[in-house]
Amino acid sequence: MPQVTLTVNGKSASVEVEARTLLVELLREKLALTGTHVGCDTSQCGACVVDVDGVSVKSCTMLAVQADGAKVTTIEGLAAADGTLHPMQEMFREHHALQCGFCTPGMVMSAIDLVKSHPEGLTEAEIRHGLEGNLCRCTGYHNIVKAIAAAWPLMHGKAMPAAAE
Amino acid sequence: MNAPFEGIGASVRRKEDLRFISGGGHYTDDINRPGQLHAYFRRSDRPHAKIVSIDTAGAAACPGVVAVYTAADLAAIGGVPCGWQIHSKDGSPMAEPKHPVLAEGKVRHVGDPIAVVVAGTRQQAKDAAEKLDIVLEDLPSVSSVTDAVAPGAPRVHDDVAGNICYDWHIGDKEGVDAAFAKAAKVVSLDLLNNRLIPNAMEPRAAVGDFDPMSGEYTLYTTSQNPHVIRLLMGAFVLQIPEHKLRVVAPDVGGGFGSKIYHYAEEAMVTWAAGKLKRPVKWTAERSESFMSDAHGRDHASTAQMALDAEGKFLALRVSTLANMGGYLSTFAPAVPTYLYATLLAGVYTTPVIYCEVKAVFTNTVPVDAYRGAGRPEATYLLERLVDTICHDTGLDRVAIRRKNFIAPDAFPYQTPVALQYDSGNYIATLDAAMKAADWAGFPARRAAAKARGKLRGIGMSTYLEACGIAPSKLVGQLGARAGLYEVANVRVHPTGSVTVFTGTHSHGQGHETTFAQLVSDQLGIPVSQIDVVHGDTAKIPFGMGTYGSRSLAVGGSAMVKAMDKIIAKGKKIAAHLMEASVDDIEFKDGKFSVTGTDKSRTLGEIALTAYVPHNYPIETLEPGLDETAFYDPMNFTFPGGCHVCEVEVDQDTGITSVVNFVAVDDVGRVINPMIVEGQVQGGVAQGIGQALLENAAYDAEGQLLSGSFMDYTMPRADDLPNITVGTESTLCTHNPLGAKGCGEVGAIGSPPAVINAVIDALKDFGVRHLDMPASPQKLWAIIQSNRPRMAAE
Repeated sequence: MPQVTLTVNGKSASVEVEARTLLVELLREKLALTGTHVGCDTSQCGACVVDVDGVSVKSCTMLAVQADGAKVTTIEGLAAADGTLHPMQEMFREHHALQCGFCTPGMVMSAIDLVKSHPEGLTEAEIRHGLEGNLCRCTGYHNIVKAIAAAWPLMHGKAMPAAAE
Repeated sequence: MNAPFEGIGASVRRKEDLRFISGGGHYTDDINRPGQLHAYFRRSDRPHAKIVSIDTAGAAACPGVVAVYTAADLAAIGGVPCGWQIHSKDGSPMAEPKHPVLAEGKVRHVGDPIAVVVAGTRQQAKDAAEKLDIVLEDLPSVSSVTDAVAPGAPRVHDDVAGNICYDWHIGDKEGVDAAFAKAAKVVSLDLLNNRLIPNAMEPRAAVGDFDPMSGEYTLYTTSQNPHVIRLLMGAFVLQIPEHKLRVVAPDVGGGFGSKIYHYAEEAMVTWAAGKLKRPVKWTAERSESFMSDAHGRDHASTAQMALDAEGKFLALRVSTLANMGGYLSTFAPAVPTYLYATLLAGVYTTPVIYCEVKAVFTNTVPVDAYRGAGRPEATYLLERLVDTICHDTGLDRVAIRRKNFIAPDAFPYQTPVALQYDSGNYIATLDAAMKAADWAGFPARRAAAKARGKLRGIGMSTYLEACGIAPSKLVGQLGARAGLYEVANVRVHPTGSVTVFTGTHSHGQGHETTFAQLVSDQLGIPVSQIDVVHGDTAKIPFGMGTYGSRSLAVGGSAMVKAMDKIIAKGKKIAAHLMEASVDDIEFKDGKFSVTGTDKSRTLGEIALTAYVPHNYPIETLEPGLDETAFYDPMNFTFPGGCHVCEVEVDQDTGITSVVNFVAVDDVGRVINPMIVEGQVQGGVAQGIGQALLENAAYDAEGQLLSGSFMDYTMPRADDLPNITVGTESTLCTHNPLGAKGCGEVGAIGSPPAVINAVIDALKDFGVRHLDMPASPQKLWAIIQSNRPRMAAE
């Protein structure tokens, strides 16, 4: 069986997996990082989104062997070592952007990538479009959109440009 | 020092969120037991077929396989039971065919489980399941209710003639006939309530475990009501006594009703764990969820309203065919009867009503309660009928509603269909919603949209629902095979912190916060000193779970009752300590004090005394401060309100955009406004989904066409607007909190508001009615077929 060596949340891991093992299965079953969820089998729901080398990836759609040598960040790796939450996590809590919590890890990971990749700012329509790949059945997205808009200034260290608001 | 206000009415941020935003949630699929095996179900890909043979040898020989089971192995266990019995018009009990854990002799819907493979890993079990040699012989099949009741239709169950589970009715048939005979006007409408697939984001999962030393079974499962599962599975399927069966439902990732029911997979993994003496785990793949989670809605109805010359409703006549699917799910028979037809008065004074309902078996996945359960179907029917009356008569949509409203001073109000409403003010919610939606300014917005080439429409629904389910005696008379009280155990620890054990559950509603606020308010201690525990039959005395917007109205009331007992006992202890009469002790803000003096003791001091009873009235009072209450509600609760939806339809694509949505609801007492707003927004999103996007599509034979997120249109962020939520509350008069419930109002009130808006947008196209979902292709076809006419005009 292939050996996969990767860095997950700053820690090195080396595990033997079946070739068909998905990255999400490696995370959940081999590394017991159960914060990353599986909500579908067609890459639609986004509950499994993690960061692989700086890009948000649906970990149900990537083979574990493809992540060999990669740096992976999961929801468990977002908070600082002292427990300080990532601004996106904090804003999700502040704006009640989660109910059952099942989509939340993938939603937070996607949202962080969305904000990072839009240093010019984000309109509400752009946030909604940017969430195309993530399903939430509880919130109606209203508060998720608010949380992401509120996290943008915290992540970029400046006010959202007026044009984007 | 001013501590932040955390009691009733504060938008306290949720206690449960830290674990959910940190990846620390604890869902069923996160559980792995030592020595665990994995189950994979081989399911029918045919809607209806005879099982000719099953050869398990090939699968059993696969690597890692420990066992392969079929119905032949389960002869000693019972079928999945139904929790509600309806009687037909003629007094006969409903047809209740056996619902086997694994299909016996026949499969009756796509997804019906035929065999299960248990192996060392999930992949091994799945690989081996492909080697099962199953020979099926197709039988004629049927998926729609109208086809299923047609003469000569294929029978889903050989012994159920005409596929009729029951033929039930309610109301005054003769009275309605008489009123129709003298009506100035009768308006009729045929309508479908489209079948939905709940699609909680967490797929169902179950882990069975067995301890051969104690003989104790444990089931970890994705359930909204673990005690109910213990009762149904233990007593009816596996014959395991309750003291040897523990059911744990940890964090549950959404349910919306679909996780109320006892499912075959739960029984299968529990039974297999006992047989194999090893834990057995199953987690649904999403495609399995589509064909095995109970679906929702699926009604075909005819509605007729008799009116006088001024538009006053004289009588309502309704006939409904309700799809049950291939077997009866746990609460299925109650949904199109007592959760539906009893709601047909709505917010109106219609004096006589008659409704008949035929529940129909088809070769489809079982149908049961989904967010709102019967009440959305009743609301949709009524509110579409009201707008259709206006279409046919030219009466104003707002004026006709006002004319027929039950007046604010008419409560308690007895409807002609069994319910007695305790409180409400439909004028207040209507006025508030119209103001928030700027109903008056709509013509200008329509004109502006027209200038942009868009068709703009506005619609409303004024509705009510019955929830806070439910008085046990009443539901017993109506056929429930269980009581529907709720249980709370309030444990004040020796140092004054509190753990509350509740028999309800949370699958996202924030109970750990709302209930803590409730306790904080009554006992006067900070939320941080209160933990709420649910979801484990080993920890909680008993409980009926979460559904029917009952958790606060019924479960919260049980907590109030338990805390009343805590306070009553605390007063006796305080009286002893302060050498006063019990009658002179008052409890306020966490302190017991002697009236008219400055003497007082904190709750913590009283608790410590209760657990260290050195100076204590030990002859007359037991030590400890731990009380349990069972609360059985006196009546249903009746939330209601007004939803206003504004849409724009693109003429070139047929796409409907919801440009504004306002929900003003009366949910009774609000504990946490932030959570209530979130509940309503989520419910409205599901209602907009039903109205515009979602549809469980079957072909005529029963093949499921919408079997994945690629085919079933879930609402996404860019399909939905911001949802403005307001509350205009009157208090429930019969529970100690005044709470009515907020979990379902969004999904109940919204679909007709959306469709009424879409039809308003199409008013120049001669559209009287269209069935949900108002999909782009449906609207595009309407617009295209009318274009020549429009151009000619």
